Parts: sequence; C-alpha cells; structure tokens
Amino acid sequence: MKKRSLVSITDFTKQEMLELLNLSEYFEHHPEPTLLQNKIVASLFFEPSTRTRLSFETAIQRLGGRIIGFTDASSSSVQKGESLRDTITNVSLYADLIVMRHPLDGSARFASEVSHVPIINAGDGANQHPTQCLLDLYSIRKTQGTLENLKIAFVGDLKYGRTVHSLVQAMAQFNTTYYLVSPMELKLPREVKQHIKDKNLEYFQCTGLEEVIPEADIIYMTRIQRERFADPLEYERVKNSYVLKNAMLNPAKNNLKVMHPLPRVNEIDEDVDTNTKAYYFQQALNGVYVREALLASILNLK
Amino acid sequence: MEARKLLQVSAIENGTVIDHIPTEAVFSVIKFLGLDACNSPITFGTNLDSKKFGKKGIIKVSNRYFEDDEINKIALVAPSASLIEIKDFMVIAKKTVQIPDVIEGFVKCFNPKCITNHQKVPRKFYVTDKENLKLKCHYCEKFTKKENITIL
Repeated sequence: MKKRSLVSITDFTKQEMLELLNLSEYFEHHPEPTLLQNKIVASLFFEPSTRTRLSFETAIQRLGGRIIGFTDASSSSVQKGESLRDTITNVSLYADLIVMRHPLDGSARFASEVSHVPIINAGDGANQHPTQCLLDLYSIRKTQGTLENLKIAFVGDLKYGRTVHSLVQAMAQFNTTYYLVSPMELKLPREVKQHIKDKNLEYFQCTGLEEVIPEADIIYMTRIQRERFADPLEYERVKNSYVLKNAMLNPAKNNLKVMHPLPRVNEIDEDVDTNTKAYYFQQALNGVYVREALLASILNLK
Repeated sequence: MEARKLLQVSAIENGTVIDHIPTEAVFSVIKFLGLDACNSPITFGTNLDSKKFGKKGIIKVSNRYFEDDEINKIALVAPSASLIEIKDFMVIAKKTVQIPDVIEGFVKCFNPKCITNHQKVPRKFYVTDKENLKLKCHYCEKFTKKENITIL
C-alpha cells in the first residue's frame, strides 16, 4: 500500500478536496471516539504553534488515537544536532502517521520522502500550511452553502501571508471574485495572482477596506506585522486603516462572515466578536473536524 | 578566413568541441564539466569573433565525450552552445544543449530558509520557464530566477 502524505494543498485534486470537506462535515456531526483505537500518531513540533498543535491533538483524541511527540525542538534530539532525516526515519518506525511543524521551507516534502508512514504538514516555514487552507474552505462552504461564485475580500498582509496565498490559489477553482485589500508594500505577489489570471477570474485591488465591505460574502482578515515594513513611519501610517470595527459592518450583506486565521492582535476590534458575522473562533473549531477527516482518510479508515 | 580561424584554436584529433559559448560563461562551463580537474589536453578561447553572437567562447577537450545529462548542466549558463564530437579529425556527431525539465544536484536554492540550504537534502528543481530560466524548488516551492542561479 502506498503511503499518502499531505504536504501541499496542490497534492489534492479538487474532487479529493471536496470529498475531504464532506468527510469533515460527517465528523462534525458524528464523533467516532474509537476510530483511531490502536493507532499512534506522532506530533512533532520543531517550532511551537499552540493553536495548530492543540487542534491536531484534539482531533487525534476525539478519534481515540494515542499521541507521542514533542512541542518544540529544544526538548528533542534536534538539540543534539540530529538531522531531520534521522528524526523522521526513526519516529516513522514508531508511529502510524506523523504530524509535523518545522521552521524550514520544504522540510515537510523532504520528510514525506524519507518517512515510512504518511506525513501531514502542519506548516513548513513560510511555505505551506494545507490544513489551514482546508479548514478555511470548510468554513467558507459551511457558512455560504457553496464554494462556487463567491466574492471574497482578502485584507491586510497579502504579501507574506501564507494562508492567504494557499486560499487564493484553492478558491481559484470555484469561480471566485477577489477583492485584494492591502497597503502598497504588502500586495499579493505576482506568482500568486497568476492563479487568478490563469482562470480569468475577476479581481479588484485596492487599499481601502470600507469600500469592499458591502460587496463581500467573506472578509478574510490577516495581521499586519510591524517587522514587514522597512520604514516604521509607514507602518504607523497604514496600521489603523486595516482595523475592522463593528460599526463598519453595517452596510454588509446578511450572509457576510468575517474570518481570520488567528492569532488576531488588533486588526479585528473586540466589539466585532459578538456580531453574528464574526466567524473566526468557529473557523478555528472547524479545524478539528477537518483534521479528523484528514487523519481518517490518510489512514484509510474512512 | 578559414586559415585564420584555425589559428585561433587548433584542431583536435579525438574529443569534443564545445562551440558558441557566451564569452562570459566559458569559465562556468569549464567548472560544471569538471574540466579544471581533467587530465586530458584542453584548449579554450574567449572573446573570439563570431558572426552569430559577436563574441563567443570555445572549448576543445581531447579524448573526452560527454553524456547528455552532463551536457544539459551547461544549458543553464550557455543555452546557445553546440557540441561537436570528433574522431580521427572527423566530425562524428553534433549535439545542441537542451534545458532539462528537472535539474538535480548542482543548483543552489535562492531561498535562504529552504531545507536544502540547511541540511543534507538532495537539491531538485523544476524548470517552469525555459526561456527566462525560472526554477521552482521541489522542496520549498520558491522560485530561483536566472539572475540568482548559483551553481555548486
């Protein structure tokens, strides 16, 4: 039997992606507390990531699987200078599946090539974070009833935001209309925009957030980090223009949902949290169902 | 004219002539093919007149013939190069350089955070644009453009 890893969202076809979303929906409504009985999942976090790790571990526990692993590299043999190749080779002899987060780009692809068991990439540096993308897709479909023909506004740091890049690419398969809202210095990279152009989809680029609010079905907010700016004054100038406040949502459509990959700092004011349009915490919870589906599907249990 | 050309770089009895190398790429080609550590007689010239290119370089390697994957290594710096294989002063084969679809081993990924620049991981790229020479790293999925290519 050929092992099947998930390293990059492009490893899945559109059909496979949709099947996985269906399976996620199943797990949302049907807990299966013994499905992963007698399975050992290794959770290798070479850099800390609280939300992703807890979400994976919750998914594993909900399915009755057992977990081995470490939560940051300082408590592992990496500290002694062990190569990723050796760590993965060894752990893949213990576990049935490996969930891995690593600070270097491309580490997950390499791990999938040396491992004896499937790898699920829980983030490799600035490269890929496919389970985030899947939970975003699941959240969009769940709130809108479809993935087709939606208007999605991406807001904030579109240049470095890895989740934005994956989601822009994935949504290009569903006739999406894009609103790309960012400061000039944080525009969506040309290579990512190419996915929109390849499919001849409509897109609008602008710097103002308020003008897109009445149009959007989804507003996908991201954090703008101070260190992304060469000029600190420039940061001070733009930071407040990408803060979403409750009052700004008045002209929005009824079906609008506000999403955010979290952690949020101040780009969504806390007064939005009680608005029914706020969806970011539910979005994070959806990650558990999606990860359950992924574990079950990769281990051929569903 | 013919006589003057012969004087520029002399003929060889057996071996390979690599012609139409961009002048600035001659030393890179010597390095890629490992000619700097080769025992055969080698002659090379740079800044030679060329009708096609204005200036060109040429390398003649006695008693050596190259495999296709060796030849394709030089495609990254000398895509216009042509190879002529010679036996007993006669041309037995002519080859052109092809930019391969996949490049393995000898190019450094431009992304400083790529795993291949930190651990012993075999390097591998997909050539996504042969005209402008754009390489996509198999591991980190980032692009290395022509002007950033470093050969190891």
